[in-house]
Amino acid sequence: MSETGIRIEGLRKRYGEGDTAVDALKHVDMYVNPGEVVGLIGPSGSGKTTLLKCLGAVIEPTAGKMDLGGTTIFDTVWKIPDLRELRRDSIGFVFQSPYLIPFLDVTDNVALLPMLAGVPNARARARALELLTALDVAHRAKARISELSGGEQQRVSIARALANHPPVILADEPTAPLDSERALTVIRILNEMAVQYKTAIIVVTHDEKIIPTFKRIYHIRDGKTYEEAGEGRDV
Amino acid sequence: MINLASRDIFDSLGKFVFTGMGLGLLIGVTLSMAGIYRGMVDDAKVLIQNGGADLWVVQQDTLGPYAEPSSVRDDLYRSIAGIPGVAEVGNVTYLTMQISHRGKDTRVMLVGFEPGQPGEPGYLIAGRPITRSHYEAVADVKSGLRVGERIRVRRHEYTVVGLTRRMVSSNGDPMLFIPLKDAQETQFLKDNEALLNERDRTAANPAFNRPGVPGLLEAVQASQSTSHFVNAILVRLSPGADENWVAEEIRRWKHLQAYTKSQMEEILVAKLIATASKQILMFLIILAIVSAAIVAFIIYTMTMNKIREIAVLKLIGAKNRTIAAMIMQQALSLGLIGFLVGKMAATLWAPVFPKYVLLLTEDAVRGLFIVLVICVIASTVAIRAALRIDPATAIGG
Ligand SMILES: Nc1ncnc2c1ncn2[C@@H]1O[C@H](COP(=O)(O)OP(=O)(O)OP(=O)(O)O)[C@@H](O)[C@H]1O
Ligand SMILES: [Mg+2]
Repeated sequence: MSETGIRIEGLRKRYGEGDTAVDALKHVDMYVNPGEVVGLIGPSGSGKTTLLKCLGAVIEPTAGKMDLGGTTIFDTVWKIPDLRELRRDSIGFVFQSPYLIPFLDVTDNVALLPMLAGVPNARARARALELLTALDVAHRAKARISELSGGEQQRVSIARALANHPPVILADEPTAPLDSERALTVIRILNEMAVQYKTAIIVVTHDEKIIPTFKRIYHIRDGKTYEEAGEGRDV
Repeated sequence: MINLASRDIFDSLGKFVFTGMGLGLLIGVTLSMAGIYRGMVDDAKVLIQNGGADLWVVQQDTLGPYAEPSSVRDDLYRSIAGIPGVAEVGNVTYLTMQISHRGKDTRVMLVGFEPGQPGEPGYLIAGRPITRSHYEAVADVKSGLRVGERIRVRRHEYTVVGLTRRMVSSNGDPMLFIPLKDAQETQFLKDNEALLNERDRTAANPAFNRPGVPGLLEAVQASQSTSHFVNAILVRLSPGADENWVAEEIRRWKHLQAYTKSQMEEILVAKLIATASKQILMFLIILAIVSAAIVAFIIYTMTMNKIREIAVLKLIGAKNRTIAAMIMQQALSLGLIGFLVGKMAATLWAPVFPKYVLLLTEDAVRGLFIVLVICVIASTVAIRAALRIDPATAIGG
């Protein structure tokens, strides 16, 4: 909900040391404004997932600077003491497979995030229901995860990513298991949510069907990013 | 915050309860093992209590009459009765033997006693005490005998006139009480065949069969066919008498060993059943280790089946504390279910055991405590593995 979204400057990531070292990210400059959905495209092994992991504060970059929602979270070293708290409050994750918690029902899968942040159960569930309604899965609110279709599961995981109203959502191939109609629906929802909650969203994708929907695209090749204007087609 | 452990448990309740039941049967065996030990100790205590004696007088330098053979002359009781503080004195014999009963061999401890004196059977649950001086018996109900039944012990037939309960030897053999004289005969005398043999030999010995001394042969034969030995002399003290002083008197002046009630208990519990209880302790230790290993294995497997969920939980910001609590609560629930099932199983199958099984509440409480401690320790393995899971794995490649 800050006005700054995502800012990355000169980000580098090297895996391993010496002869076996891999420079997965060599120089990444990137920004995503609040309310904007940006595509991140590149061949296999180009560093897309590595970039998301750095931004998601699950691996430590080797050098560079990252700002999320107006706070510098990394500048050569981590600037935030508790990375889990940062993830809980400021970053939403959407994965290729939805990775929901199978022993919780749909509502509690979404409500879990605010609950982890200390929001009382009733309020967390109310917020979850509001998001499920917005994502058109409220009628499945009490269902078990295993009873949902792939598209429904993906919408629930988007609801979960939004549950703490984070300034940033990172989506890694969120449409891969979906047919083109459902894939476009997911993108439409992400666009709506970005606007509604002023969230900066990065979508990593290979998916030809959804690439034309982005207004801005980052190409990543050999660990370096190149910005490009997209078609920005309506969905 | 919702309780993740209980949600996971209720999501796969059947599997969880089934696992808990398996563990429960193991815990049931453990509790029964402890019960068997308690039963042995209690049998020993009841054995000492029900004799109604304050002192056991036995052969010098022996741990008799239960732990070691002891034999004392049956006329010594008179001089013991003269010691100040002694109220009543009774001769007793003990002999473990097989008797045939309804076509089946039963091991019993044959007890010879004098009615009205210490050593007589205590409370009767059926029938009446022995009133005739010969060929009546009081049996422990565990022998399977019934009032009115007739049983053969060596040369004579006895009628069961009464039944006792909880009167078993330290081996668990039911007791069979008969009059002292009958018991002495059974214990120290030979069977018919041997007796006739012995008589013929005596008669053939010119030293005993002298034509000039009428009645000598008969006297010798009579002395050979009666016994003057018993295994122990039980003493009941008058109120206020000092048991240690009386015991010391007997030891010093009569060349006999005398044990007080607490010394007798010590002999039975610490010496006679010591090996058996060490055996059981060993078994308990092994069972505890096996249970711990099984709990650890189950909890570890349960946790490893949730690697992905745990990675996601970490990714979305769940604290280590939350994840550790989830695993530990599941381990404790498993232990609790296991304990309840085990306690029920042990209670159900305790009466089926041939020997007395005493399930003490304090043992159950101790067992529960140990089970929970084992669960906590066992869950640390799984917790450590869970805390090593990298949240990045949730994002994948
Ligand atoms: N943990 C790691 N240790 C060492 N090298 C790694 C590690 N993770 C990724 N790499 C390497 O870093 C480079 C970038 O990997 P990354 O997973 O970011 O690619 P990607 O763009 O997501 O590819 P894909 O489209 O196949 O998912 C690859 O060469 C990969 O082999
Ligand atoms: Mg990838």
